[in-house]
Amino acid sequence: MLLALPILLPLLTAIVLHLLPQRSRLLRVVAFAGALGGLGAAGSIFVTVQRNGIQVLQVGSWPAPFGITLVADLFSALMIVMVSLIGVAVTGSSFAGVDPRREALGYHPLIQVVLMGVAGAFLTGDIFNLYVWFEVMLIGSFVLMSLHRTRAQLHAAFTYVGLNLLASAFLLTAIGLLYGQAGTLNLADLARAWPERRTPGLDAALSMLFLTAFGIKAGLFPLFFWLPASYHTPPAAVGALLAGLLTKVGVYSMIRVFTLLFPDPNASVYSVLLVLSAVTMVVGLIGALGQRDFRRVLSFNLVGHIGFTTVGLALWTPAALSGSILYVLHHMLVISTLFLVSGVFLRQRRTTDLRALGGMYRTQPAMAFLALIPLFSLAGVPPLSGFVAKVAVIAPMLETGQYLLAAVALCVSLLTVLSMARLWEEAIWKPAPVPSSAAVPQPRLVVPLVAPIVFLVGLTIAFTAWAGPVSSVTRRAAEQLLDRNAYVRAVLGEEVPRAAR
Amino acid sequence: MEFLLAIVAGVLYATGLYLMLRRRLAQLIIGLSLLSNGSNILILSAAGVTRSRPPLITEGVPLESFADPVPQSLILTAIVIGFGVLAFSLVLAHRVQQSAGSDDIDAIGPDSARVSSDKPDRA
Repeated sequence: MLLALPILLPLLTAIVLHLLPQRSRLLRVVAFAGALGGLGAAGSIFVTVQRNGIQVLQVGSWPAPFGITLVADLFSALMIVMVSLIGVAVTGSSFAGVDPRREALGYHPLIQVVLMGVAGAFLTGDIFNLYVWFEVMLIGSFVLMSLHRTRAQLHAAFTYVGLNLLASAFLLTAIGLLYGQAGTLNLADLARAWPERRTPGLDAALSMLFLTAFGIKAGLFPLFFWLPASYHTPPAAVGALLAGLLTKVGVYSMIRVFTLLFPDPNASVYSVLLVLSAVTMVVGLIGALGQRDFRRVLSFNLVGHIGFTTVGLALWTPAALSGSILYVLHHMLVISTLFLVSGVFLRQRRTTDLRALGGMYRTQPAMAFLALIPLFSLAGVPPLSGFVAKVAVIAPMLETGQYLLAAVALCVSLLTVLSMARLWEEAIWKPAPVPSSAAVPQPRLVVPLVAPIVFLVGLTIAFTAWAGPVSSVTRRAAEQLLDRNAYVRAVLGEEVPRAAR
Repeated sequence: MEFLLAIVAGVLYATGLYLMLRRRLAQLIIGLSLLSNGSNILILSAAGVTRSRPPLITEGVPLESFADPVPQSLILTAIVIGFGVLAFSLVLAHRVQQSAGSDDIDAIGPDSARVSSDKPDRA
């Protein structure tokens, strides 16, 4: 029952939000309470998984390969905890004020729907159900993105919708072909039955279809173009939600499906993934250098850093996968924080164009210092979490002899430092541009706008301080991922090979 | 039968992808719906087509091959989801057309909206 809570709580909250009288204060309190409840559920799932190993819920008591199974291993549990933390920060930031028209059109329930879809995707143990959760999450994010209709936002929304639907069509195709071959949709049953039935040609085609579908969602090169074209348009809180969660769902699904279904580390798909990850890093960061808008720089950084999170899967060692998981966790926190920081700029200057920003260090040194931590954490400055995560990703490259890859990753890290230093210099450090800001009285910073940033920055610092325990947990999560039999045993409750039945 | 369905699915995929590469939003949406129909037919034919054998098993009657109900329920789910998504994208396209006065991708791009002087990212 516990496993269903991260899905049921947001659903209930969304329904209640629709039924309540549409008074914004009430809606915000209920949405925030729902997110806090989600955090509680996620925390207890994590503790249970940590103590008792993989948790399984057979929905409606249908036995495993026939019904839908919810599974939480350590990786899922970690991701669920992250989702609920970001959910708390995002719903908390709505106390600072949401555009009233957006609020009337269902801003709060939609946030809950996205949270539900993401949690469902992290928990499901059934590949068709994964597709359904993807659609739930996408519909929520589509509507969130196109709620407020300026022309630029509509264009961005359309790009986003079109490419994500294409990805869904690819995913559905891959699932159909997989079912035709294996005759089952349960991930554990597939992991058990599929290796005996595979044919090399179809195997390659299927793995490439999955790579394309999840690659579009995650924002891998050359499939990432929808991301920087759309993530800078919605309000900052929505940007934080989508940037923090949606691409990571793509990365999560890629890691989950590939470790279970394509357990041959020498398959050609992993060489493709290795090259694509490296190119993604380079292209993302070079793209970031060409941008002049705070949120666009962040979007390109988001793309570039996705390369760091997928490279561990391509290397296929416990250390590399653990590095990837650590990087995903760190990146979710930091990129959401930075999108929330962009909300401060939007509130005070009504723009995130770097040319119009500046002067924050002089007028609000405390806020500037607060922004400094996520900026430099993303850049990977020691001792912040980005440094820990980068070491965890790059060290396994050296261990496996991928020196060229390590060199690329290090150069890209340098570019990240450059890109973040530029954000710091242009948006915060430099004096305010002459005609604007200084003369105009700036709206004061309200507590609900800053509190979520403080919360997330606090988590980043905690991540840094407890880097040792966190990385030992991710290490165990990675070992769990590579031990397919444990997953199969937990879900199906036996270890009889399918052929013997 | 599988052969015929495979060709139909292939044609639907090809037409859908071709239409998605066009510049008008209406064509993009038609392309998307053809693509999802193509994948539905693919699911049906990949799982094997059985003619006139419903999966109703009577006690005492020896088992013979019968139609697999799972792909049919998958397709049903996919059709429902596809319908919702199609309705949403039609409304979105209508809004775009209203605000830009055209449904040509170039006419509604960030170029014409002049939101920023950056080079637009085309996707």
